[in-house]
Amino acid sequence: MKNSMIILAFFVAGVGLGIGELLPDVVMENDFSMYALYVLMFLVGVGIGADKKSWSVLRSMNLKIVLIPVGIIVGTLLGTAATSFLLNGVSLKEAMAVGAGFGYYSLSSIFITQISGETLGVTALLANILREIITLLGTPLLVNYFGKIAGIASGGATSMDTTLPIIVKYSGKEWAIISVFSGIVLTVLVPFLVTFILEFF
Amino acid sequence: MITVLILMAAGIAVGLFIDKYPKLIKKVDQLITWSIYLLLFLLGIAVGVNDKIINNLDTIGVSALVITVGAVLGSVCMAWVVYKFFFSTGVEKGGQDEE
Repeated sequence: MKNSMIILAFFVAGVGLGIGELLPDVVMENDFSMYALYVLMFLVGVGIGADKKSWSVLRSMNLKIVLIPVGIIVGTLLGTAATSFLLNGVSLKEAMAVGAGFGYYSLSSIFITQISGETLGVTALLANILREIITLLGTPLLVNYFGKIAGIASGGATSMDTTLPIIVKYSGKEWAIISVFSGIVLTVLVPFLVTFILEFF
Repeated sequence: MITVLILMAAGIAVGLFIDKYPKLIKKVDQLITWSIYLLLFLLGIAVGVNDKIINNLDTIGVSALVITVGAVLGSVCMAWVVYKFFFSTGVEKGGQDEE
């Protein structure tokens, strides 16, 4: 949660500087974000490759576990697709792409901004921050009505770190490793799914 | 965007070889954190100079909320189905048992 506050602070600082037009023209006129994204994605890859824990979690898993992230993906895409009919100005694939952030707001908003522009990027940022907040606040209720996997499902990509404690608390310790597994799978899939939905759908 | 995905795959390949150097991994984590700060800061600037977004923040906020409610409801419904049909017997009755 501390991390998300810092990220939000950077975002808000940028908004403030942008509104006030307080920046030198070099920054305003050039789009450095694509290059920064290249660097970030390479580093994210290095992080995944070097993370022994992720790989060992994968190896110790029963095949059935794969159904959990698959179910979360299908459910999220169906649910967000349905909302596009309620919203003016958000198309089917845009709503699904925002949903495909699975709570990984930093990366998904950056990706969506690059592909579809700032408006949808900001929607993705807010929507995916909200997904984390709803999970942190709503997990007790969701687990009660939708079963032990509900917290993991609601948490999406965040179920491996920020929302893991609350999930473990309300679903039980035996779900911890499953939660981490599902979070890792969704985290890795975010860039692929978002790109696929927006560019090829 | 394909470039980005290829870079990520290249990163994973590199990462597989550096897992013996914990100091390096820590540096990578710090660099990731700072790249995210930088990118969100840049997104902030792009949003700040864009009047269309600033004037429509309330609409964007409502869309974000509606989409998220859809995402959460859709995923927990599927989670209920998966739980009911594939997981409910083992874990629940055994209590402490591994699934």
